[in-house]
Amino acid sequence: MSTEKIIHGRSAGFFPEFSRRPGNNHTNMHYCPGCGHGILHKLIAEAIEDLEIKDRTVLISPVGCSVFAYYYFDCFGISVPHGRAPAVGTGLVRSNPDDIVISYQGDGDLGAIGFNEFIQTANRGENMAVFFVNNAIYGMTGGQMAPTTLPGQKTVTCPLGRSVTNEGYPLKVSEMVSALDSPVYVERVALSSGKNILRARAAVRKALNNVIEKKGFSMVEFLSGCPVNLKMNASQVNEFIDERMCKYFPLGVFKDIADTRDSIKRSSGVYAPEAVRKVLYPQYSSSSVSRDFQNPSPFFAKERRLKVAGFGGQGVLSFGHMLATMGKLRNFNVSYLPVYGPEMRGGTASCSVVVSRKKIASPVVDRDCNLLVVLNDESLEKFLPELKPTGVLIFDSSNVHVSRLRRTQIAYCVNASDLARELGDLRYANSILMGALAKLMDDFFLQETDKADFERVVEEAIRECFADKSEVIRKNINAFYLGKQAASRWNAPSDGQ
Amino acid sequence: MARKFRVEIAFEQCKGCARCVGACPQGVLVMGHHLNRMSFPAVELSGNKCVGCGLCFYTCPEPGALTIFEEVEDAK
Repeated sequence: MSTEKIIHGRSAGFFPEFSRRPGNNHTNMHYCPGCGHGILHKLIAEAIEDLEIKDRTVLISPVGCSVFAYYYFDCFGISVPHGRAPAVGTGLVRSNPDDIVISYQGDGDLGAIGFNEFIQTANRGENMAVFFVNNAIYGMTGGQMAPTTLPGQKTVTCPLGRSVTNEGYPLKVSEMVSALDSPVYVERVALSSGKNILRARAAVRKALNNVIEKKGFSMVEFLSGCPVNLKMNASQVNEFIDERMCKYFPLGVFKDIADTRDSIKRSSGVYAPEAVRKVLYPQYSSSSVSRDFQNPSPFFAKERRLKVAGFGGQGVLSFGHMLATMGKLRNFNVSYLPVYGPEMRGGTASCSVVVSRKKIASPVVDRDCNLLVVLNDESLEKFLPELKPTGVLIFDSSNVHVSRLRRTQIAYCVNASDLARELGDLRYANSILMGALAKLMDDFFLQETDKADFERVVEEAIRECFADKSEVIRKNINAFYLGKQAASRWNAPSDGQ
Repeated sequence: MARKFRVEIAFEQCKGCARCVGACPQGVLVMGHHLNRMSFPAVELSGNKCVGCGLCFYTCPEPGALTIFEEVEDAK
């Protein structure tokens, strides 16, 4: 009797079934027939299985055809922005020094857009393996010229062949990396004939062993074929690699000093989620109401969309932030979207705030605005059309000159800038305008119980927004009450509508 | 006793790139003429001279298209 055993078969480094791959075919990879990626995937999967590192391997897939590597490898995987695989890998190895990080990159990813990330990571000697697939062409995008395209090679973006006078010579990545001191292992292999592939297999294992022993940065460059974009069949591709590519990119070990290096010992990162949360989401105990409190006024039942606009530096964004904070302190869902940039100084800065009891679909307020606060004429011109016909306008009467409004629109004004100047600092103008808002709310929208609460929540919001600055808090609260006294309803000039 | 080897081709997983055909030192694999579900002509076996070198397996870009078996005697 005899039985059979498998000596070469599907690796357990792959998923048993590629169920992440869309479509019906869960047994094959998505690569074209004869693609070098498939060969390299098999070598890596086999090495992962044999070295028993499946549970701590993170394979970073780049942008390119191999972006879907996580469909296939039964290990951890991350897809990263174009070219950023070594940068993400640095974060991974620094925070989890025991991880086996594999950065799988193509020539566009590593040689073009991500070359700086790659070379800096190599120079820092991060403990990871970079597998660089060099196929002399951009595969996924349809055969454009790559940094590694050979001189004279025709691609769709250099139909007359790469000219070294215009485009320079191909990038010799392995030679460049081996010139650095940090990398411990640099080799160039080819995925062409059986002999070369077995050499590549040994190189993959060696690089991964270096990572397991924490020797530092290892890179293997694979000369690979892209039969579809090179418009060749498998044997022509092998010929192309062996005869044309190898001439320019000689195979061999460029550097192997792993034996002379000690294992890397770096202080591992500090992971303190509480501290991060404190910085990102500071919790103040300034709210004086319980978590299920709801303001009874019917005004708050609907989503309210607010916009604040004015010159940069007038406190526009702080005003919006204060409004959002007030909503937050009274258990509303709020969103706050500042718009600045080149408009930071001089032009108009604005911010959108949405306050709602329900979930907020969009933080953008570009029409049907319920409340518009303007601090200069330009903003009035720009944003008044966005105000709802039943909306409310609050403006700084020392800067803004309103000539007409719809009859259904209400406007309140206060000479905020003048008052703020009297108080000693122009930046109190926003608190004074907040006073005008409080007056308006009192007059039109708030029930008796909410009137006192509104003043309270403004004080709480000022305290929260200007945390730790007691003098500023006091003055802003003063400015708020001053504004509330001074604010008045604006009436259209008699010659208007 | 000489060791016995055998290649098994998963007809539906072969993309017909012919890399294995060029790699096999014994000429065991040849291009077939039947199209599979993916409309690729899968490779076919020709003869039984396989020596189990594994070159076809390593040159094949598909994870499970080729499997190489060795016949082993059961321990009595």
